[in-house]
Amino acid sequence: MVNYLIAMATFAGIYGLLALSLNLIWGLAGMVNLGLAGFFAVGAYASALVTTALAWPIVLGLIAALAAAGLAGVALTLVTVRLREDYLAIVTLGFAEVVRLVALNETWLTRGADGISGVPGPFRAALGAQFNLAYLGFVLAWLAIALLLVERLRLSPFGRVLRAIRDDQQVAAVAGKNVLAIKLKAFAIGAALAGFAGALYGHYTSYVAPDMFEPLVTIYVFLALVAGGTGNNRGAVLGAFLLLAVLEGTRFLAGWAPGLSGAQTAALREMLVGGLLIVVLLARPRGLLPERLPAPLKP
Amino acid sequence: MIERALQLFVNGLMAGSVLMVPAIGFTAMFAVLRFPNFALAAHMTIGAFAGFVANTVLGLPAVASLGAAFLVAGLVGVASDAAVLRPLRPAGALTVAIASIALNIVLENAVRFGFGNELRDYDLPLLRDWSLGGLRVGPQQAENTALALAVMAAVFAFLALTRTGKAMRAVADNPTLASLKGIDSERVARLISLAGMGLAGIGGMLLGLDTSIDPLLGFRAILSVFAAAVVGGLGSIPGAVVGALAIGVAEELSLLALPPTYRSAVGFVAILLFLTFRPRGLLGERAV
Repeated sequence: MVNYLIAMATFAGIYGLLALSLNLIWGLAGMVNLGLAGFFAVGAYASALVTTALAWPIVLGLIAALAAAGLAGVALTLVTVRLREDYLAIVTLGFAEVVRLVALNETWLTRGADGISGVPGPFRAALGAQFNLAYLGFVLAWLAIALLLVERLRLSPFGRVLRAIRDDQQVAAVAGKNVLAIKLKAFAIGAALAGFAGALYGHYTSYVAPDMFEPLVTIYVFLALVAGGTGNNRGAVLGAFLLLAVLEGTRFLAGWAPGLSGAQTAALREMLVGGLLIVVLLARPRGLLPERLPAPLKP
Repeated sequence: MIERALQLFVNGLMAGSVLMVPAIGFTAMFAVLRFPNFALAAHMTIGAFAGFVANTVLGLPAVASLGAAFLVAGLVGVASDAAVLRPLRPAGALTVAIASIALNIVLENAVRFGFGNELRDYDLPLLRDWSLGGLRVGPQQAENTALALAVMAAVFAFLALTRTGKAMRAVADNPTLASLKGIDSERVARLISLAGMGLAGIGGMLLGLDTSIDPLLGFRAILSVFAAAVVGGLGSIPGAVVGALAIGVAEELSLLALPPTYRSAVGFVAILLFLTFRPRGLLGERAV
């Protein structure tokens, strides 16, 4: 039971990183990223490949994950940044699907549906049974660092410009801000963060496969962020932990519904997640911890 | 080689004409409601399964079952729009788009709950391929193409000739002016949800007639549908027609150089190319 809770807390921490990534891109900058699962996958695969095929140290894997996902983010934003926001929605959604296609089909690189196994974890052999607990600490430490950094960004002049762009792009441009460059930066940082979360995920499960990055993952993160409070970094982290509680709670509920097939209980759980996102959007769009704007500077 | 390319070209035109039906639905809804409705995928699936029930349980012929596909998918579209998407419209197009993804998951899994994941087939007679001067054409694909063209003709006639069709075009063109002229934009929004999702339903069933159906039918096709709409120009119905044919042909011709598993990536590449070099698409309005 303790091991189970440790594992769930680790996953919650990883979802917390994803929620922070989405909060930066969508909550603060107002750009939609429906391909979060794709960036998550790019990071996981980049780090897994660097540490298995090249057998480089994990630190380099983490850096590769940041770089690969960040670059993918830059490329997608470059294509759409001058267009209406709907296009970014379509392109990011397509991106996640294509990442999955490539992961499934380029067997020489990704080993297809079998996935990459034997992804090393930091000090896995030396720690033995203590590995899971230590890794939880590792993930939570990164979550705390990411929370601090994104919060710093939010309170900085850069964060103020992001909110200005979110609320009215034209006004920000008239005020002399380079809207395109700032949007590009925000998306790249957010995408890199999602890739980093993917790398942490792969090194924990020691296994990376295409079916871990279904579009449903993106919906999970949207649910976490909207429930926690779009625009609020602490809310994003809180939402991620609540999300894991709900997801795992429904696993136990499935035991109470005899006579349903496995596919049916899986369908019910997915319906519940989608339904919850709709209910939160309708009933409490500002989330549990609504965004609080920083106090204006005193002259 | 040339013969193979010609065969793929013909296949592509036939596949593209089927793709045209949901692409028209997607782009028409975008023109009036101003957000990309990602729940289109689930409505394609719903239409395919509604037609399946009409065909195999009620014993209707395939063409009559298309009516069931249109009605059921259209009514689910109107109901889910009223319950979920319309109340969110004041929050902005992107919030509605996100809600439409959540809606898509709910609806797709409702189908999965009822029918399971296994592949199902319509009750169709087995027919031998026709051979025309070295080209092979499946009678079912040819029939689907004819049906899709008939649906397209009906859409164009509706928009050009009826009062409601003109009202829809007016709202798409300039919502403020349309409401000044006394057009009830909420009624138009309901009708476009009915028609758009109904077309998605027909498109889903046409796709299923060609192969078989399962709950992921709509999701697998959605990237091609988006690509058709973007290549043609988001919001332009003639654009969706041209875009769908182009994507259909491009996907088939890609088989000359790529393994078939990458077919659906063709749509994504087309989207990227068009957004980079001609964002308003072949026949579209401004994209900025």
